[in-house]
Amino acid sequence: MIEAQNVHFSYANKVEALKGVSLTIKDGEFLAIMGQNGAGKSTLVKQFNGLLKPTTGKVLVDGVETTKTSVASLARNVGFVFQNPDHQLFSETVEDEIGFALKNFGFEHKVIEERVTWALNLLSLTQYRKTSPFLLSGGERKRVALASVLAWDPKTLILDEPTIGQDHEQKEILRQFILQMQTQNKTVVIVTHDVEFVAECNPRVVLMKDGNIVAEGVGKDILTNPTVLAESSIVLPQIAQIFMKLAPLGFPKNIIDIYEAKDIILKAKENKVQP
Amino acid sequence: MSVFDGLKFRKVYSPIHNLDPRIKFVYVISIFVVAIIFYQIIPLLLLFLLQIPFVLLARVQRQWLRSLRGAAFFALLIFVINVGTTFFTSGYSLTAPIIESAAALTLRFVVLVESFSVFFLTTSPDHLGLALEESRVPYEFAFAFTTAVRFVPVLAEEAQTIMDAQKARGLELEKGGLLKRIRNYVPVLIPLIVSAIRRSLELAEAMESRAWGATKKRTNLYALKLHRGDYALIIITVGILAASVYIRLFVPIPTIAQLI
Amino acid sequence: MAIIETKNLSYTYPGASKPSILDVSIKVEKGEFVLITGPSGCGKTTLCRTFNGLVPHFYQGELKGEISVAGIDTLKHNTYEMAKHVGLVFQNPENQLFALSVEKDVAFGLENIGVPRAEIRKKVDWALNQTGIYDLRERSPHEISGGQQQRVAIASVLAMEPEIIVLDEPTSFLDPLSAEKIFDVIYDLNKNQGITVILVEHRLDLTAKYASHLIVMDEGKVRFEGDPREILSSEETRLIGVGIPKATLLYQMLKKQGLNLSDTTPLSSEELADQLLEALKPND
Repeated sequence: MIEAQNVHFSYANKVEALKGVSLTIKDGEFLAIMGQNGAGKSTLVKQFNGLLKPTTGKVLVDGVETTKTSVASLARNVGFVFQNPDHQLFSETVEDEIGFALKNFGFEHKVIEERVTWALNLLSLTQYRKTSPFLLSGGERKRVALASVLAWDPKTLILDEPTIGQDHEQKEILRQFILQMQTQNKTVVIVTHDVEFVAECNPRVVLMKDGNIVAEGVGKDILTNPTVLAESSIVLPQIAQIFMKLAPLGFPKNIIDIYEAKDIILKAKENKVQP
Repeated sequence: MSVFDGLKFRKVYSPIHNLDPRIKFVYVISIFVVAIIFYQIIPLLLLFLLQIPFVLLARVQRQWLRSLRGAAFFALLIFVINVGTTFFTSGYSLTAPIIESAAALTLRFVVLVESFSVFFLTTSPDHLGLALEESRVPYEFAFAFTTAVRFVPVLAEEAQTIMDAQKARGLELEKGGLLKRIRNYVPVLIPLIVSAIRRSLELAEAMESRAWGATKKRTNLYALKLHRGDYALIIITVGILAASVYIRLFVPIPTIAQLI
Repeated sequence: MAIIETKNLSYTYPGASKPSILDVSIKVEKGEFVLITGPSGCGKTTLCRTFNGLVPHFYQGELKGEISVAGIDTLKHNTYEMAKHVGLVFQNPENQLFALSVEKDVAFGLENIGVPRAEIRKKVDWALNQTGIYDLRERSPHEISGGQQQRVAIASVLAMEPEIIVLDEPTSFLDPLSAEKIFDVIYDLNKNQGITVILVEHRLDLTAKYASHLIVMDEGKVRFEGDPREILSSEETRLIGVGIPKATLLYQMLKKQGLNLSDTTPLSSEELADQLLEALKPND
């Protein structure tokens, strides 16, 4: 479980990026942290693996205060996948890249071999085992970065803007992948401003603005609240936009799923009355 | 690092900041030349005191003093070495003239450092880049300079991000002996270099797409025009040079020992 | 005559094992708003770079086939000559801005071609105003947001008054709100200034409604070209992996189930909502 208790954080240049954030993430949860650039999303998630430590307030990961332990030991349980894979890739082969963290954590050679093979398989990268990561395409490099984090099987997975630059197919694969992680009872936290992607996943949503959490709840409710979204510079998902316009007909406003939308509309037509 | 503080630009506008960087540079070079012409302590002291009105006018006293403090270490080193070598080579005598001339040489060093410090403290990178563009320097160099300045903060942020990304994979930069620590920086350096290369490629594409190289006769949105202050500085510079040459050639300069 | 015309255009990057674009033949008329889409690696980025000569002049290698942009054969002219007719805006805002102030960046292209100072000033101010960033002109590129940086990039290309502006996934790094602002600027330039726009995008839900001409690419080839409404209603398009706007998908689902909606395929939530309001009016 990850807990942030009234966390205040200021960068070296005195800018206060977190102004008293309190949040609890239970094991196995799927959470999306959303908000405009500069709202404090990345600053918040970097507290969870100790890259940043609170100026005041506490952050507890599985009961341990982050100020009392190192990034390396927190990283064992909290895997962080950064937005740009090129900020991580440096090894001669994909195999070495994926094994890097495992070596740092002191795993035995045999275990590293097994884990690397497993991760390669999971992300369909086996044919690139001995390839240089720099020769792969953008999407493939993203998978290598992800594989290198999954390799050590952390309990929690934090993905920072995983959908940037991805095409439709790739986003769909990512979505399936997150669902798979959930079935393995992993805690998944994504930092994103991709409303459509969040609408399709429907996780718990935390909305941030100016260093504070301004809204928290089920994706369906948060993503269809126009006042809350306007404040945080997020747009409504397409389906919600449609239902916003259909409100005068009495339709519910908190619809974000396309299949639910279809059913509601067809039902209304059947009954020939307002729903 | 306090010596580098003296070189950082501050966004304060003063008459000195508004001076044409090329004229300021010529002034600084002239101070350099004058400092070399003299080896007696009195003219060098005068030269040092000459910086002060500029510093005060430019309101950069604090940073200037900080750079002085940074230079103090080297100054002391120069003084001691000078006194030491003179002491050992002139038969172990430590007389007032020896100390005075060592002090003069030290002061010469300080004057050189401090005049450059004032230059950089009162000239923005933009202004400097513009001066380079307007001078006879080939445009490629001016461009390389401004681009470098432009991307320094970007690269610094990226280096931090890369370090964070690798720390999040268990890399411990602080641990281990010297050799291990150097090796630990490989996962930070390689992404940084690769990223720099990629960035250069994208920049080159953008430059080409905006007609880079279309003509050798590049024009400029801005122009550096000389104002009254610049002409005043030119006159001051010429005056100092002329006076210095005259004094050096015709006026005997007493040492402090002789004055006392 | 079409403002861009290609015949059997093919190109392989030096050292690559297969061509990035193969047999591409397209025609773009003056003033059109063209949307190019397709899965990653389909060749749309390479195609963009043939329009201003980066391919083949910057990337080397051989460009086969014929291409004419604004009446010029790009194979026979330098990139810097093409720059006066075609502006190219790239994906990463940070790596397109190299000057220390916004207006100096916008002036860069004009300085390169040797335009006299007074004229540069006029054109820079005009471009800054067109993109709504006149107030930012003295700021440093590092201090402004990604969305603002992209507007500077657009302004710096606009200042050279090209007939065509090509934008290669300009909003990849931007949040949806900033992205919308960029599309508004681009659409405005197309409608009010008559500039031919070529936009490469994945986010069709935000952009399909602007386009008069859609090109779908896959594996280096052009698979579909024409009316966006037709193309986006086709099942084949969806199977390629193109992200059909949700409004369009919902429309198709509802129509299939017999709902009496208009025959015009909607491309945006507004269009579908209007159609639904019509279709669901209570019968009197």
